[in-house]
Amino acid sequence: MTKQLQIVWTLAWRNLWRNHRRTLIMIAAVSVGVWAMIFMTALMRGMVNDMIRSGVENLPGHVQVHHPGFRDDPSVNNLIPATDTELAARLADRGFRAWSTRINVPAVITSERESRGVTLYGVDPARDRDVTFVADSIAAGRYLESIDDDGLVLGRKLLENLDTDLGKRVVLMSQDPDNDIADRGFRIVGVFEAELDNVEETMIFGGKRTIQQMLRIGDRVTEVAVVGPDYRDVEPLRRELARILDDDVEVLPWTELNTYLGTMLRVMDGFVLVWTVVIFLALSFGLVNTLVMAVFERVREIGLMLALGMRPVSILAQVMLESLLLLAIGLAVGTSLAWATIVPLEAGIDISIVGEGLEMFGASSVLYPELLLADVLLADAVVLILGILASLSPAWRASRYRPVEAITKV
Amino acid sequence: MTAVKCIDLCKTYRQGEQEIKALDHVDLDVERGGFVCLSAPSGGGKTTLLNAIGGLDIPDSGQVWIAGTRIDNMSKSELARLRLTQIGFVFQAYNLIPVLTAKENVEFVMQVQGVPARDRAKLALEILDEVGLAGLDGRRPAEMSGGQQQRVAVARALVSRPALVLADEPTANLDSHSADGLMELFVELNRNHQTTFVIATHDQRVMAYAKRLIKMLDGRIVGDIRQHEH
Ligand SMILES: Nc1ncnc2c1ncn2[C@@H]1O[C@H](COP(=O)(O)OP(=O)(O)OP(=O)(O)O)[C@@H](O)[C@H]1O
Ligand SMILES: [Mg+2]
Repeated sequence: MTKQLQIVWTLAWRNLWRNHRRTLIMIAAVSVGVWAMIFMTALMRGMVNDMIRSGVENLPGHVQVHHPGFRDDPSVNNLIPATDTELAARLADRGFRAWSTRINVPAVITSERESRGVTLYGVDPARDRDVTFVADSIAAGRYLESIDDDGLVLGRKLLENLDTDLGKRVVLMSQDPDNDIADRGFRIVGVFEAELDNVEETMIFGGKRTIQQMLRIGDRVTEVAVVGPDYRDVEPLRRELARILDDDVEVLPWTELNTYLGTMLRVMDGFVLVWTVVIFLALSFGLVNTLVMAVFERVREIGLMLALGMRPVSILAQVMLESLLLLAIGLAVGTSLAWATIVPLEAGIDISIVGEGLEMFGASSVLYPELLLADVLLADAVVLILGILASLSPAWRASRYRPVEAITKV
Repeated sequence: MTAVKCIDLCKTYRQGEQEIKALDHVDLDVERGGFVCLSAPSGGGKTTLLNAIGGLDIPDSGQVWIAGTRIDNMSKSELARLRLTQIGFVFQAYNLIPVLTAKENVEFVMQVQGVPARDRAKLALEILDEVGLAGLDGRRPAEMSGGQQQRVAVARALVSRPALVLADEPTANLDSHSADGLMELFVELNRNHQTTFVIATHDQRVMAYAKRLIKMLDGRIVGDIRQHEH
């Protein structure tokens, strides 16, 4: 059998050489197709990932832990039962990329002129800076310095809406667990900027202990946010958190906390598959055509080989091998080409000229193409598998030739 | 033992209204070690008969036996195996694989048979030498004359020492010197290895070598003459 393979291999290889122009065109077509698949996928990945990443940053965290009632009523009525100290002890030294226990309640902020409804976060700046984007997005003033910080950090847009300024005082008002008004005056110490206006308008940050005191909730929090190694694969993280925490909390991955983003990720994966298959279908016409032609031109030769006693299955193997060689070379070239064109662009492509409208969807105006090994493998696998399927029919046809007809045809 | 036995073979081709009887109740016995020439005018049915004997074509009716085995009801793969292991072919029209060199063409059958590479190469070069093509082993068919190509085909048919050689006009493109050379080679194999030859030809020179001369006309055998032994 290996000897048969050897001659099949020689014949396939020589046949590709014999018609090197056609072979080159075919390889070019496969290469360009593969390149287009991978390149476009990387662009789309970049775009969607950007949306998802900023979405996940705004949540924040890959997995969050709350009181089971918190999603319906996000307030001090639904504090996590365990104390913050206990939570911190359980979360410490687990190898999470970052984690933060925080307070997250609705509040009203009032300046001298305006008031607005906002979401108030009480955070430990040392921990939260690895979980939230805010620490790195301070446009004026400073970020929080400790859990006892009595300053407030808020978004640029909110500052404008409140018609106030850095260094000015504002009053925050919320509820304590007894449904009494809890309020306190703060000085604005920092202003942050975000990609989304909505984030700038609604999120405000204070020191955790300061907020705990204002809300009269002692050593308790409403939320744990944990960042794991990969936002695509959050299930292990969710399971681990569910294991190390008590049963009286709800542990949810970002895909469920923000179902829009979660759906987006899933749709994206499906889309990549559809996209590669569509490009391939366009390609496959050329491929099948070329193979059919190549086989048709060799009717007599194939007939001769059959007449001399070569088995039909070896003829099948030979034609299949030819298309496999075409595909393999095309794949190698296309994949390298994709890699060579995407890697230099990973620093970002400025699309602000066409990107104005994109911000609406949560995408930024710089596109970071993202080359995922999985996408490359998918594109290559799709081309290979469908290519093999597409060449089956010409190969089968060739192996069915009747030797007499083939060798007596003039 | 009979090397080839045909019983009441019929093969009819239809061309529009017309029916052509390419084989018309042909009975034929060729003993092992036979050296038979089939001669007929063009269209007489020589190629059709050789194809039926070689299992390349299935007759409409009748039986074909090769070395005591009936072959007209064999499966495709059984036939392929039979051709590969027992029969050497020289075809009338198209013989060589264009992408392979002369030597590789000669090696082809041995390679499919699974003969080790070293033996293959040695045998191929030897036989090419014998058919007068020494030094041309690296040429592709397109780089050789019609006669040279034909001799490569003969070399391939003989190289694996098949029990039966079916040759369709093996000398058609050859000058008389080369033709004589090939016939000497056939005779030698026939004598030393009991190889059975069935050769279709118009060529008087070839017929002169035959032990038995069978004449066909319109698909029928019309003469069967035993000639000299070699
Ligand atoms: N595939 C075919 N379709 C129709 N008729 C055919 C076919 N093959 C052969 N024939 C006819 O059958 C008859 C016998 O043909 P065959 O090829 O056996 O003759 P031949 O003796 O080999 O002739 P030549 O010396 O020209 O090679 C001829 O009349 C030919 O036209
Ligand atoms: Mg003929």
